[in-house]
Amino acid sequence: MTTTPSTPVKQPPAHGALARPPRQAPGLIQGLRSLVATPLNALLTVLALAIAWFLLRPAIEFLFIDAVWSGHDRAACLAGEAGGEIGACWPYIARRLGYFIYGQYPEAQRWRPNAAMALCALNIGWALWPRAPFRGAALFSFVLPFPVIAWILLYGPGFSGLVAVPTNLWGGVLVTMVISIVGIVVSLPLGVLLALGRRSQMPVVRAASTVFIEVMRGVPLLAVLFMANRMLPLFLPPGVLPDPLVRVMVGVSLFAAAGMAEVIRGGLQALPKGQYEAAAALGLGYWQMMFTVILPQALTLVIPGIVNTFISLFKDTTLVTVVGIFDLLTTIDVSSRDPAWATPVTASTGYAFAAIFYFICCYAMSRYSAAMERRLAAAGSRS
Amino acid sequence: MTANEPSTRRAASGEGDAVVMRGVSKWYGDFRVLTDIDLNVRRGERVVICGPSGSGKSTLIRCINRLEEHQQGEIIVDGVELTRDLRSIDRVRREVGMVFQQFNLFPHLTVLENCVLAPMRVRGASRRAAEEQAQALLARVRIPEQAGKYPGQLSGGQQQRVAIARALCMNPRIMLFDEPTSALDPEMVKEVLDVMVELAGDGMTMLCVTHEMGFARRIADRVIFMDGGQIIEQAEPETFFTAPKHARTRAFLSQVLGDQ
Repeated sequence: MTTTPSTPVKQPPAHGALARPPRQAPGLIQGLRSLVATPLNALLTVLALAIAWFLLRPAIEFLFIDAVWSGHDRAACLAGEAGGEIGACWPYIARRLGYFIYGQYPEAQRWRPNAAMALCALNIGWALWPRAPFRGAALFSFVLPFPVIAWILLYGPGFSGLVAVPTNLWGGVLVTMVISIVGIVVSLPLGVLLALGRRSQMPVVRAASTVFIEVMRGVPLLAVLFMANRMLPLFLPPGVLPDPLVRVMVGVSLFAAAGMAEVIRGGLQALPKGQYEAAAALGLGYWQMMFTVILPQALTLVIPGIVNTFISLFKDTTLVTVVGIFDLLTTIDVSSRDPAWATPVTASTGYAFAAIFYFICCYAMSRYSAAMERRLAAAGSRS
Repeated sequence: MTANEPSTRRAASGEGDAVVMRGVSKWYGDFRVLTDIDLNVRRGERVVICGPSGSGKSTLIRCINRLEEHQQGEIIVDGVELTRDLRSIDRVRREVGMVFQQFNLFPHLTVLENCVLAPMRVRGASRRAAEEQAQALLARVRIPEQAGKYPGQLSGGQQQRVAIARALCMNPRIMLFDEPTSALDPEMVKEVLDVMVELAGDGMTMLCVTHEMGFARRIADRVIFMDGGQIIEQAEPETFFTAPKHARTRAFLSQVLGDQ
């Protein structure tokens, strides 16, 4: 449905007296007109609308038109009263929302995940808001103090005076978020180190980084998760068995770090050699050069790739179900088999909810990265 | 190999020399870019190095701050011999400023940040002291008003002057210029050369690779002609331009001066 050359769009007069450049972006009317400008365009337009109708109509009907919006149990979502099609069973989501968010985290203690998530949101907002003061401190707090506070809040180790909540009770959005955030916080710095290591002059460092990256990239995440779960204990002294959730976090973080390292290496290689030479000629040492000159530019160059890795990591957390961790998708899966809500649409509703949740999170990340790229470009910081 | 350096000067070389090169050779793979270079540069001396492209002149000055590693011979800069020892490299780089053909400013930092980065990180200067000095040097290269801009917002000539100010912010004892005007539009060459002439007048030790023969004539104490990785001829500018001894020098001079 693009504008073909033969499109009779009004052309501005071609003489040199034009005060302003001719309008490049077609207006709404022109845009609409181009949809039916030629028989081919018209045909393509009709075809596209038809495809959209066939794809979107069932979704809209399921999610909105035929959906059940209120009720107390499965009876509301069983075809009965109206006898027509039954769409999404939203009361089921509303009733089980607590389980989807916290898993089996004891209800009386749910203020703790709430507090941790609120802290997290505040910290992320502080770090990501361009005009916030002390953004460096925000980043630092997110990498060091925040995880400790969050761990104490969520887990409640003995010295904290909180009721201990073992991780096998954690579930849902809480677990998805914990794994994703740990993965993101660990994989970026680790990816930077691996990328630098792979370009290092020191043969041992270079070989070690290369082997790690290639092995991690050459193995499916599922295999990494199984290995983290089953094989990690074999490498550790007997009696030392990390928490299953920790094992999974290690697996996901290392896997994401390998991908991240390759993305960042791309950025390092894209920088002109002159930047390295100028920094060296000024007497900057290796780490000074990296932190003040090279990495700020290299990371900026590969923001899309970094965010892409974050998004993959976030979606890949759904795989932890195979080693018995209750992430959001698993809690939905399990609860859809609950007899109290057994209806033909329960599972579909649950998965629709999961799809919406994952999409919103990933789209938010994607938009933020786009906004950041625009801001950096507007700052004129790239010549 | 006809190094025209009077042997008396080599005998007198030592403490007082800013740069001493003895029998320096360098290869890229099998290709020998530098062959037995002997060169002494006195403190405060202004040396211009010219020669056809590929003659090794850039490589020569890049060896002085170890952007290139030499494989034979010795290089002593400001009394420090350049070896594999990283400390010797760091010490030399702190005292040697360099200006590149492509400016190589850091595009993500403002002009002022470009200038204060190394003094603060390498010399441990306070931000206030570093900024004061940077402003003074930006004024000296006649662009004090651009301090808050990013390099991408400046013209080539302005960028190169920032690059000179940035190098000077480290208070170097020796300045290396690697074809500083070759990437500039013709109308911007003068503004950069003017700054360099001023710098030469202040007694800075300078080694400058350039094709600007007028500039060489004006400021150089000595002009060196290189070809094929060797120093073919060196002399005071007056002698060099009026009575070049070597045929290759004459051929080169007729080519560069021909289109001026």
